[in-house]
Amino acid sequence: MSSHHDDRDGVSRRKVLECMTWAGTGVLWTVAGGVPTSLGIMAEAAAQTSGMTFLQISDSHVGFDKPANPNVISTLEEAIAKVKALKTRPAFMLHTGDITHLSKDKEFDDAQRIISQAGLDTHYVPGEHDIIDEQQGQKYKERYGKNAKGAGWYSFDQNGVHFIGLVNVVNLKAGGLGNLGAEQLAWLEDDLKGKSASTPIVVFAHIPLWVVYETWGWGTEDGGQALALLKRFGSVTVLNGHIHQVMQKVEGNVAFHTARSTAFPQPAPGAAPSPGPMKVPDDKLRSVLGIADITYKVGTERLAIIDQPLQG
Amino acid sequence: MKLPGLLRGALAAALLLALASALPAAARAAELEVKIDNFTFAPQRITVKAGTTVTWTNEDDIPHTVTSTSAGAFRSKALDTDDKFSFTFTTPGTFEYFCSLHPHMTGSVVVETATGAATP
Repeated sequence: MSSHHDDRDGVSRRKVLECMTWAGTGVLWTVAGGVPTSLGIMAEAAAQTSGMTFLQISDSHVGFDKPANPNVISTLEEAIAKVKALKTRPAFMLHTGDITHLSKDKEFDDAQRIISQAGLDTHYVPGEHDIIDEQQGQKYKERYGKNAKGAGWYSFDQNGVHFIGLVNVVNLKAGGLGNLGAEQLAWLEDDLKGKSASTPIVVFAHIPLWVVYETWGWGTEDGGQALALLKRFGSVTVLNGHIHQVMQKVEGNVAFHTARSTAFPQPAPGAAPSPGPMKVPDDKLRSVLGIADITYKVGTERLAIIDQPLQG
Repeated sequence: MKLPGLLRGALAAALLLALASALPAAARAAELEVKIDNFTFAPQRITVKAGTTVTWTNEDDIPHTVTSTSAGAFRSKALDTDDKFSFTFTTPGTFEYFCSLHPHMTGSVVVETATGAATP
């Protein structure tokens, strides 16, 4: 995990690792002067008065009922309640995949019922858990991907920012990582054609686009090819989920960030025998699902992660 | 000494069981279990005689699949916790497989001819 940004942010790698065990509810993003900045969902969001704000939630895993969190419906509802309580109303929401646990109709229905209560346009990309119906992704496409290309990729513009939703959970190869594939990469190249290098770009996909931890498959095989296509742009922000913990780094003009899950935490890379759901004591669940505020500014600005648990 | 029928039956069954476990593995009922646990297939590589049925059981809290790397050979649906998938290997050869959701999980089944010799 190399990082090209200096240590002026004052947050040591160890501190970041400590923070990674939190599972929060969402990350609020704001775009001011073309540079997306992630804010906490609570206090700092309320202080934000200018620019466009949007929200990222991830990995709601509706249908999961194992000890790590037997009631993921409740925690998703709490996340949405937080969204509704924001003083600064976000323009829209991104969901970076694993909406459901097993791609069942009831799981999709429940997720839709709860998430729609935020009253925000929500743009989705699928996680690997959303495409495990018998037809391998048909249900997802019927619900969320009607106007999308391929397995569900698309782009849209909002307030001068170009948003690109990518799919890196289909046609995975044995022994490999997440996969975009030649067809999607060709589409991406075409999508970016003619865009000014000063256009702020936000890319969102389920599995991290950069390699976080190869042993656990936390990365995207051909993510580098997508990043090469984005190289000429002055501001690129890559938002992912999948690993149920916050990780971030800055490399050149690209800021990478993974969001927490609304369902259950996963261990830090290598901290457990497998990346499976991490069980914390019941009385601690709300504290690890609590809100972690992230203030993240490209370049010289300070990066701060502040733990704000739901309880405790 | 005359034994009640039930007891005789039980004795016979126990004798059969003892006999069966004394036989080499290949000569017994051709079945083998593979566990899916902690995002690994265990054992990761197995060698079986042609005709053996292999059963995978997912013991993780996360769904997995058993998917052949050669298209169409075998592919389970997504296995939730405690779900099983069975496949009978009739053709000698080496069959590589993986979890199509977590592709870093890989395994292989080496199938030998029923009479013995391994086929490359």
